Amino acid sequence: MNELAATQHTAASLAPHNHIEVRGLDFHYHQQRALNNITLDIPARNVTAIIGPSGCGKSTLLRVFNRIYAMHPGLRASGEVLLDGENILDPRYSLNRLRSKVGMVFQKPVPFPMTIFENIAWGIRHHERPGRAELASRVEQALRDAALWDEVKDKLGGSALGLSGGQQQRLCIARCIALRPQVLLLDEPTSALDPIATGRIEQLIDELKRSYTIVIVTHNMQQAARISDRTAFMYMGELIEMDATEKIFTAPARKQTEDYITGRFG
Amino acid sequence: MIGLYHRRAFVNVLAILLATASTLIGLGFLASILWITLARGLVAFGMPLITRITADGAQGGLANAIVGSLIIDCMAILIAAPLGVMAGTWLAEYASRSRLGALIRFMNDILLSAPSIVLGLFIYMVVVLPMSAWSNGAVSFSALAGALALALIALPVIVRTTDEMLRLLPSTLREAALSLGVPQWKLTTQVLLRAAGSGILTGVLLALARLAGETAPLLFTAFGNNFMAHGPLDKMASLPATIYQYTNDPDPAMHAIAWAGALMITLFVLALGMLARWFLSRGHLRHE
Repeated sequence: MNELAATQHTAASLAPHNHIEVRGLDFHYHQQRALNNITLDIPARNVTAIIGPSGCGKSTLLRVFNRIYAMHPGLRASGEVLLDGENILDPRYSLNRLRSKVGMVFQKPVPFPMTIFENIAWGIRHHERPGRAELASRVEQALRDAALWDEVKDKLGGSALGLSGGQQQRLCIARCIALRPQVLLLDEPTSALDPIATGRIEQLIDELKRSYTIVIVTHNMQQAARISDRTAFMYMGELIEMDATEKIFTAPARKQTEDYITGRFG
Repeated sequence: MIGLYHRRAFVNVLAILLATASTLIGLGFLASILWITLARGLVAFGMPLITRITADGAQGGLANAIVGSLIIDCMAILIAAPLGVMAGTWLAEYASRSRLGALIRFMNDILLSAPSIVLGLFIYMVVVLPMSAWSNGAVSFSALAGALALALIALPVIVRTTDEMLRLLPSTLREAALSLGVPQWKLTTQVLLRAAGSGILTGVLLALARLAGETAPLLFTAFGNNFMAHGPLDKMASLPATIYQYTNDPDPAMHAIAWAGALMITLFVLALGMLARWFLSRGHLRHE
């Protein structure tokens, strides 16, 4: 039994399984096509960066992974997006279940108008019914994991709107990981932050990838190069190239990718 | 080149002068209204005003009208606020892009500018007359009817403010909550209404300030009463309607009491306005 587990473990670490598999994904905003036949794999416990010029569809792709686009009428995705082998685009796949597995952090920090404690407890209470002590320890753990605990432990009852931008963004990350998701979607999480706050978030992403599959959309190519294991380059709704980050930034296979990363366009 | 600059400088000075003059004219009227209200109102201002009732005439006060106004206005707000907040929430969060939502928003704007005397007559037709018929004349004009007429005035104000305050919230707030797997109703009641709370409360307070001075809709509904009344089905006095009656009286002592009542309403509206500003500034601080 132990031996079997050990071999499985080795096999798993040699070839990390694909957590998300996208197969022939098309996306339409009303009549306009935003994603064209995207097929890619996102390995588990890795940081995958999606880069590309504005309007290339990178945020759209990210927003398919937790079906948050569904809140707006007239948007539709077709094809397959498999999360652990199950198609999340199937209407029978419950949004509640999907979003407890796939968390999302947005460009601008959006704390809820509640206390710091409640910002985190609110989401937990929706999915579970923890006792008071357990809830407190879950909140503490989430804040610790998001590297925010030491800064807020004395003012958990204070309004979250009083925190700085960088702290608010880490609070949003804490709110996300408090639900114990498997995947974290980050949509340009540092574009509204100063360099020091950005550094802290990047360091945090590096720590979080031990436990979570992370997909990050970023405008900042240096950031993609610094923190990601794999990088996908998108252009005009198509996936141009996806490979190990080092390869994309040193020896891309496609000329378009090279032009983009060397700053010739975009 | 010099000519062009001179002309611009001249136009600039002219525009500043005109703008300043219009501001001064507007403020001048406001100041003179406040001054006259204060000067005339203070003559009869004193304890009898709040301890004695209108039945005592020139020797009396406005106690029953003050109590009546408070009861009718509070009833009106208690009817209009929940309905208005719910309707505004529906418009902003559930029907913002639907055709029905656009239609209802349009109708609400019409109701917003409907003359208040029309709303008073409407309540007279659909509430006062039927109640009188059912009760064989035992109940006709009532505080409840007055409150319903005033609620019709407050309702569109509250619907509009709620709708606008909610639509001002960033859509990322909605996305952030939904991405936690939370359903729409929880997002609406526990995040959005809380975030827009200070703005909505301001709208409710401003609606209340508007009700405090409404006279016409009360004439056919609450009617008036020279004695103290508390029951919602009683005829009830109110400050604006009493002021209207007293100004028609030939006795100058009655006029003095009417001015004191006007001063009272003015101070109440001023206090509400300041309270509303305070809530709004506190709300803004929290968002920045």
